[in-house]
Amino acid sequence: MTAPAATPAPAPAPPPVPAATPAPDISGHRSFRPFWRNPWRHPWFLEGFTWLYLIWSLVPIAIAVLFSFNNGRSQSTWQGFSWRWYFSDPVNSVLHDPQLHAAVIQTVRLSVLTTIIAVPLGVAFALGINRWRGPIPATFNFVMILSYVIPELIFGVSMFFVFTTLFSSVHLGTLSEVLGLVTWNVSWPAIVVQARLVTLGRQYEEAAADLGASQFQVARRVLLPLLAPAIFASAVLVFSGVIDDFVIVDLLSSSAGNTPMSVIIYSTQHGGNGGPALNALGSIMLAMSLIIVVLGYLGYRLLSRGEASVGLAALTAISGEG
Amino acid sequence: MKDMRKNAFWVVLALPGILWLVVLFIVPIYAVLAIAMGKLDQLIESPVAVWNPLDWSSSAVIDVWRDVFGSSAFAGPIIVRTLVYTAIASLLCLLIGYPAAYFVARFAGRRKALFLVLLIAPFWISYMMRMLAWIDLLSSGGYVNKALGWVGVSPVNWLGGQSVTVILGLVYGYIPYLIMVLYAGLDRIDPALLEAGRDLGLGRVRTFIHVTLPLSRQPILTGLLITVLPMLGDYYTNQMLSGAASTSMIGNLIQGQLGTPGLEGQGAVLSLMLLVVLLIPMIYYVIATNREAAQ
Repeated sequence: MTAPAATPAPAPAPPPVPAATPAPDISGHRSFRPFWRNPWRHPWFLEGFTWLYLIWSLVPIAIAVLFSFNNGRSQSTWQGFSWRWYFSDPVNSVLHDPQLHAAVIQTVRLSVLTTIIAVPLGVAFALGINRWRGPIPATFNFVMILSYVIPELIFGVSMFFVFTTLFSSVHLGTLSEVLGLVTWNVSWPAIVVQARLVTLGRQYEEAAADLGASQFQVARRVLLPLLAPAIFASAVLVFSGVIDDFVIVDLLSSSAGNTPMSVIIYSTQHGGNGGPALNALGSIMLAMSLIIVVLGYLGYRLLSRGEASVGLAALTAISGEG
Repeated sequence: MKDMRKNAFWVVLALPGILWLVVLFIVPIYAVLAIAMGKLDQLIESPVAVWNPLDWSSSAVIDVWRDVFGSSAFAGPIIVRTLVYTAIASLLCLLIGYPAAYFVARFAGRRKALFLVLLIAPFWISYMMRMLAWIDLLSSGGYVNKALGWVGVSPVNWLGGQSVTVILGLVYGYIPYLIMVLYAGLDRIDPALLEAGRDLGLGRVRTFIHVTLPLSRQPILTGLLITVLPMLGDYYTNQMLSGAASTSMIGNLIQGQLGTPGLEGQGAVLSLMLLVVLLIPMIYYVIATNREAAQ
């Protein structure tokens, strides 16, 4: 989510583990030192704090997932395990409630469409902007980065107005949602690919050009393969970003048929009709993101094999922090 | 001429993206301006965009000004509340996030990947799912009230318009973003600098104060920006966790005006005011991260 132009440089070597290094005794005679004076002692307090934070951050979600399997209407009192909120309840389960069912399909539809459009658009933009010299590309690169940092509410408001007044033939609904989401997410591939281009340098394409490759061949046969991990990482970021997106789709959806999961959870819970079916919907979102992340992690490692890339670099790359 | 031909290939590649940004980013922002400065169709109470700056009217701006600063200003307190919530929540994010990010970047050692996965996990989980988790916990019969009951405290109506709950929701919602920025920044600090501090006789605390903290100024600032910018436009956290007017923020004001006939122009004005205020931090963020990348 951060650092638009952070370089995907190879991860710096992990800092030495202070705890593993015994304090060197250079004094020549044994001196008693209480453990709290040992400058290399393990920071137990910090570690404890970190674990407390992680518990606070993850246990509520685990409990929310647990209640999606609750055999009762409560979101807070456990009444036994069941699949009723997923598929066995003939009326209120995610499978059978038409609104919840449609929301799952709409989320998948928006994620796929947005990724298919935004990634090629952003990659081509990044390549072109990076190689084309002059004030025009610099200006539009700045515009692109502004679209990355502008608060989502202001962006969503502008989309809402443009589709209700100027381009009113587009109407609110799936098309306007996809147009809005593509614009919002196109900065991911544009930023990630540009950062990768900077670290690659130009020697590979110059070599190819010296060997007689045309610009198209350079882009197709040299740059694209070298950029593959970055392109892949940005696709993962776009896809999972759309699954989690709320503001844009909330402002641009118009009926039950084009309302994705995040908006259904919000409006149903806020409207006072919450129940474990919403937890089930949220758990499905979670599972979708998880699958994308695992695929993204494995795919990134596969594509960037042969480089000094370890698991940590893959992790930070698919979370936009390369 | 040769330069033009050399450029042509890259121009063609960049062009679709440029056109897309013009039509679907620059024009929409201008549309907000045209509606903010536009007129109201009295008959159907819908906003009429005025595209020519010479014909702009300031009636919506005046309306908003009165709402914010006038004698019956109802928007003034909402803006103050937004600022207070955002300030408290982002400082809490920093106080909680910094030690965790610092530990993982410096001391996690061989377990770094495990810690990193756990730190990033919330980042991948839908915001609404994470709010839902706290609704479950804080509801009248939820685990928090049950735990309070064991120690003899009577149940608290956490979800009935409590500022504390909304701030908790904001911290919980946005802290993963801050932690990721902090972690990336702290991880980049060369351990040799810290060792040098140690070799020169600084203790653990003084090494932190004199070496680590100055070096993490930049990640702290960008990290705070990345939490503050969305918090100022947030309208869903408080709707989920409180729903009461006593906790509404600027985002609720804007979002409420969008669907209301006759008020959409004012919604446009408020969005633009927010954008103008945030433009400087936004540009600072762009420059700061560019400089970081150049290093």
